[in-house]
This record gives sequence, C-alpha cells and structure tokens, in this order.
Amino acid sequence: MFKKLLIATVALGCLGLAGFGALAWKPAIAPVARPAAGSFAPELVAKGEALAGGGYCAACHTAKGGEKFAGGYEMATPFGAIYSTNITPDPETGIGTWSEAAFRRAMHEGVSRDGSHLLPVFSYDHFTKLSDDDVRALYAYFMTRTPVHAVRRPNGIPFPFNIRYLQAGWKLLFFKPGRFEPDATRSAEWNRGAYLALGLSHCGACHTPRNLLGAEKLGNAYGGAVIDNWVAPALTAANPAPAPWTHEELYDYLRTGTSKLHGTAAGPMFPVVQGLRALPDTDIRALATYFADLDKAADELPHMSGAVSLAMSSALAKQGGPFDPDARLYTAACASCHYNATNAPLAARPDLALNSAVHLSDPSNLIQVMLRGISSEAGMPDVVMPAFGGALSDADIARIAAYLRRTRTSLPPWPDLAAKVAAIRRQYDTAK
Amino acid sequence: MTSFHINGSLVMVDAEDDTPLLWVIRDAIGLTGTKFGCGIGMCGACTVHVGGRPTRSCITPLASVNGAEVTTIEGLDREGRHPVQKAWADLQVPQCGYCQSGQIMQAASLIKDFPSPTDQDIDAVMAGNLCRCMTYVRIRNAVKQAAAESRKVASDD
Repeated sequence: MFKKLLIATVALGCLGLAGFGALAWKPAIAPVARPAAGSFAPELVAKGEALAGGGYCAACHTAKGGEKFAGGYEMATPFGAIYSTNITPDPETGIGTWSEAAFRRAMHEGVSRDGSHLLPVFSYDHFTKLSDDDVRALYAYFMTRTPVHAVRRPNGIPFPFNIRYLQAGWKLLFFKPGRFEPDATRSAEWNRGAYLALGLSHCGACHTPRNLLGAEKLGNAYGGAVIDNWVAPALTAANPAPAPWTHEELYDYLRTGTSKLHGTAAGPMFPVVQGLRALPDTDIRALATYFADLDKAADELPHMSGAVSLAMSSALAKQGGPFDPDARLYTAACASCHYNATNAPLAARPDLALNSAVHLSDPSNLIQVMLRGISSEAGMPDVVMPAFGGALSDADIARIAAYLRRTRTSLPPWPDLAAKVAAIRRQYDTAK
Repeated sequence: MTSFHINGSLVMVDAEDDTPLLWVIRDAIGLTGTKFGCGIGMCGACTVHVGGRPTRSCITPLASVNGAEVTTIEGLDREGRHPVQKAWADLQVPQCGYCQSGQIMQAASLIKDFPSPTDQDIDAVMAGNLCRCMTYVRIRNAVKQAAAESRKVASDD
C-alpha cells in the first residue's frame, strides 16, 4: 500500500514537473539581420519615440553617465543588484538581431529572444497591456537608434533566484498576460489615462507595494511604496497631502514637474516627468483624469480652499517665535525661499505646510531633498534647490525635519530622524 | 562638462559635478562681486539668481545648474540702476559692504514676489542674509523704498 502511494506520488510529481517544464520552456526566436532604418515609416518611428518617452524607458535602460538605452543601470532589489539590458540595436550586445515578434514577446510575455524568462524588474506585467500597434512603433523606434556595443554586467542575485526557469513559476502565480481592455462605462479620456497608467507608464511598478516575491499587491493598487530610499506616495484617497490631487494639480505636476499645492517631482519621479514630455497634452490630461478619479479628488474639491488655508494658517500659528532655536535654523536655511505671506501660496515659493514630503509617514523624501537639493532640470523648470548635505549635520537636518513635522502638520512626529538621515546619507555616499 | 548661461553669456565649465557654483563663478569665470561667507548656506553672502530665483551658490553643486540661467550682482542691471541698487545707494545701506551683493540679490527677488512687503515679509525672507555691521534697519527701509519705486514704474508702464 505504502509502495503504491509512493509510486503515485513520484509519478504525480514527475508529471507536474514535466507539465511545469513544458509551460516554462519557451523557444528561441530565430535571430534576424537588423532591419534597415529606412524600412520603418518615419511617422511610426516618431510615434515610437513619444511612447518610449511615456514609458521613460531611458530611465532604467541608461547607466549613470552612459549612452542612452545601452543599459547597465543598477537596480538595488531585495534579491540583489540587477543591471538593465542594452536595448540599442547592437547585434552582439543589444537587440539588433531581434525580430518584431521577439520584441513583442518580450513586451507582452516577458520572454527574451533566446527563450529565457525576463526578470520582473522589467515591467512586462504592465507592458503586456500595450496594443500591438504601440509595440510595433516602439520596435521601429529602438531599431532605428544608433547601436552601442555595451556588454551586460552580470546580475548580483543569488541562487535560487537567478534560475530563469523558475521565473515561469512566478509568472504562473502573479502574471496575467493580456492587452488593455477599456471600461465601456467610462469616458474615452479616462480609458486612455488607464491605458497609459496601467500599461505604458507602469505607474504601479513604483506606487503599488510589492509582496515578498516582488509582485505587486493588486489588492492595494497604488497604495504607496518605498523604492530606492524614496517613497512613492499613495495615489489613492490615502494620499496624506492636505490639498486633494485634483485634475489640475495632477496635470501641472506631470506636465511641468511642479504643482503649487503639492510640490515638485524629484528623485526617481523626475525621470518619469522628463519622459512624459514626449507625450502630447491630451495624454497628460488623460492621466490626470484617471488619477483624479482614482484618488476621489472630486469628493474633496468643495473643501479644497478651506483645507489649504487651514494648513497654512495653523502652520503660521505654530511656527515659533524669533528665539526658538528650531525656528531660527529653519528661517536661516529655508524661509528665504519657502516663506509665503498669505494663505495662498505663490507658485515660485513651494509651501511646506502643503508639501507631500512633510505629510508622508516616512521622512525619506524630505531628507533626500534636503541632502541632495533639486537640479535645474528636475522639479520646477530652471530653478535649483541647493544641496544641504555638505552644509548641515545629520542632527541639524533632523531638527529641521522634526520642526516642519511639528509645525506644518498635525501628524505624529517621525521617530529616529537623525539615524534615518545618517542611513540615507550613507546610501547616497556609497552610490557616488 | 557643465554649460549654463551667466548674465546672458554661455559658459562651459570643466569641473567636478559637486564643485560649488560659487567657486566656479569667482575662480573659473572671474566674477568676484558674489562673496564667500560661511560656505554652508547660512549667511546669504553668496546669493545669486538661478532661473530668476535667489539661490545660495556656495552649496549649489555645479552639475545642478546645467542648462540654467544664472544672474550675479554684475548682471542684475547693466548700469547698476536696479531699483534695489538705487535705494541702496540713496539710503547709504552698506557699511563694510561684504554681504551687500547677497542682500541686494535677495531683496530684488523679494520685491518681485511681494510688491508691497510688510516688515514680517522682509524679516522672513531676508533673515537668511546676515550683516555683521548690523545695517538691518537701513536694509528694511531700502527694501520698502525699492518696492515703492518698482510699483511706480509698473503703474507708469
């Protein structure tokens, strides 16, 4: 009896393995000679360029100081360092021998030309929603770039996560392939926004928290997550900023990199805004429509001006007299740019009583911006925030953060601020 | 290589990305009207405009002004006749003068943001610009006079 059971178990196991093997095995797609640049219609290439911007492909596929799209960008994941691939049409080190079918399979199914499974740091779980037409345009764009010979850096992920075959198991658990399906009950603009957010611009890749195996928790879509020592805030009604993210605020933020009532796009959000510049206004409006619906801004709209002036006036009341040492430090370091005279902030003076970074439960974004500043290319166009990392001690950065939290919000204080500043500074120095 | 405009002219600077903008302005470009005070963004002597906004150049990394428009005290007005400069001369604001280019750059942007500045506005915005000669009372008066002239010019236009 026991023997029979054993045989049955082994047989079932083998069958299961064989089944998994069959499922996991993907054929290589034959290499092709690189199509001549002239074989692609210029309009198709131009469309691909806009889409590559909207997907901000360059952000991950370009190393710091490296050639555009030549890969080598380091992504620190909980599983180890992963280096992005070269997506220029170089035949040896890039995608020069990829046919359109191979490219489409990578985008839609997360499988490389040689049949190996791609790692989910490549957001194929989003790109699977892209239409065939858009994938064709992207292919045309990438195949007409200048080929760059750049050998890929080997990933630093340990066994068993480095077994590509096992990625098929991950896909079985978490990956739902399929094109975007519009919601007929919604407007065309909303659906366009949803297509961009869920597919091309893969917003959930950063803004949706991930489970232990690195898959997005779809039950908590856009719930906010930590990425590269920055916080990607919640894009739902759970977003803690005092002013709602209305259509107008979202549009300003995504189009110009700054919004009057929330702040500027810095850190990992900056390359996103930079990429989105390639998309037309109508697409940015569509994204704003989708997210303004998602975060229920309409419900808060009637109270908006009240919420803004309440946040600013209570900050004014709590900000401390001229002999409060915290207030003095803040005044010397920050107020010359961030002070506002009335309860209506000036666009050029980002008000910290409204700023998202001061209201998040994690102080990372505020600390990051204080340490590094914001370059003229990021955030508010042409304007710079100096970097206080070399000027102020961990204790002083922590003091300013604690002071802002105490005076600009009614939220609980951030714990262990100085240690957090030191940790972020260490990570930043190592990266340099 | 970082390139940006300074007082309208394009400059290309070959220096480390984290070189303070102030060093580049004074040592590489040779414009010495902007002063080094504390080196940690706490005194305001090094204030210049980047993209029209007052910025402490001693803690601004060179790389972060790539492509930007920088204006120093030399470029605020070709004849040195900006309303703030006129008010400064008229009311004899400077004493030793060291902090004054920073004060003037900060004040020029203050009256743009707040055309009729109150004492509170002036204190909040100018508090980051220290003056060891204690000319604060005259600074405050000059800011108001410059603001009044700018309002008059604006209403005449």
